[in-house]
Amino acid sequence: MSRALALAHRLSGIALALFLPAHFWVLSRALELDAFLAWTGQPAVKLAEWGLVTLLALHLAGGLRVLALEFLPWRDWAKGLAAAAAGFAVAAGLAYALAL
Amino acid sequence: MSVMLQVRVWRGGAAGGAWRQYDVPRRESQTVLDVVTHIQRALDPTLAYRYACRVGMCGSCAMTVNGAPRWTCRTHVDKVAQDGRLSVAPLKNLPVIRDLVADMREFFDKWARAQGQFKGARTRADDFERIAPGSEARRRADAAIECIGCGVCYAACDVVAANPGYLGPAALNRAWTLANDARDTAQGARLRAVAGDRASLACHTHMSCTERCPKALSPTAGIAGLKRAVARAALQGRL
Amino acid sequence: MSRRAETLLWVAQRASAAVLAVCVLAHLATLIYAVQGGLSGAEILARTRGNVAWLVFYTVFVLAVAVHAPIGLRTVLAEWLGWRGRARDFALIAFAVVLAGMGLQAVRGVVA
Repeated sequence: MSRALALAHRLSGIALALFLPAHFWVLSRALELDAFLAWTGQPAVKLAEWGLVTLLALHLAGGLRVLALEFLPWRDWAKGLAAAAAGFAVAAGLAYALAL
Repeated sequence: MSVMLQVRVWRGGAAGGAWRQYDVPRRESQTVLDVVTHIQRALDPTLAYRYACRVGMCGSCAMTVNGAPRWTCRTHVDKVAQDGRLSVAPLKNLPVIRDLVADMREFFDKWARAQGQFKGARTRADDFERIAPGSEARRRADAAIECIGCGVCYAACDVVAANPGYLGPAALNRAWTLANDARDTAQGARLRAVAGDRASLACHTHMSCTERCPKALSPTAGIAGLKRAVARAALQGRL
Repeated sequence: MSRRAETLLWVAQRASAAVLAVCVLAHLATLIYAVQGGLSGAEILARTRGNVAWLVFYTVFVLAVAVHAPIGLRTVLAEWLGWRGRARDFALIAFAVVLAGMGLQAVRGVVA
């Protein structure tokens, strides 16, 4: 479980790092925001957005797990952190999807 | 329960190899080591493999069973061959000498590179050093001290596979026990040995080592401790 | 790179991660709240324009990301592409500068 989460953590990090320059670029052109937002109305784009939000939640959860393992005193429940992280990411993705 | 086991065994050497199939009679309370031994004694005397105590004390019989590193003498066939099939290969992440025998030299070289040896200051002429067994540091060392160097954690580690210079969980676990040993005088050298991209900082907490350790040790916890010690030293200019 | 430098990078990665944990949680909550009923430029900007709190928040967010992302990629490049050494590190410094620059432009875009 931890290995799968670690891979997801790495892949989501890469995806986010590649996405951010585009994100920043769009926001810097705030005056044209509405035109851009109209484009994002397309279902394919909405799906990609949901994907990014889920990846962000996944990366956050995986990262918190690493911080816990590295800085908190070792406990047996530490083994369950991977599952907890995955659960959090699913919940966040669901919350976003429901809000849409 | 099937009468015969279908066993795939990796045969070959440093230059490469292939799987070979053997049919082994299934017996009650059979272990994977029993299976490998039967193959070598009754079916194919050219098979090379390692074992010693066969009772789960020495770690010599560690191999890759169905893709995961295990002690073959402590792996019951019933547990891993539910459909009557089994695969046995040498430990991963280590060069192969022949068939199921892995070359452990790099494993122990890294142990030495992690400053995994005790260096004391007292001689036999001095009095004993007093260490309270209940002290925090001793408890931490004791939690990790039972390692017998079997190599299962090293074979399971993804970072060892991806980062050739990485010292690995066993070497770092041993360094951790010594870092918590108040009698050891090589702490400075040890911190330097376990710092950097080839050592403790490279661990990604996949925890394969902790999952697979046959002695239920947690190298992940020890490595986390080393990370903290190394970070403290770097921030205080001691590295 | 010296062991001390590599260790300090590791420290910077964890420190920026802690900062980002707070920022990302806030950002996720904001996203989930804001996306209800549809997104519009006017809505977003009405929240952020001229607001010092958002300015500070997003600036901290951007700078933490500019530290965190390149250090993270550094490991990936080494382990998956076998790229180690000076050239890689310079490329990542450049990426950090780009992220910070574009990020601060974005902050300016929504707060100014």
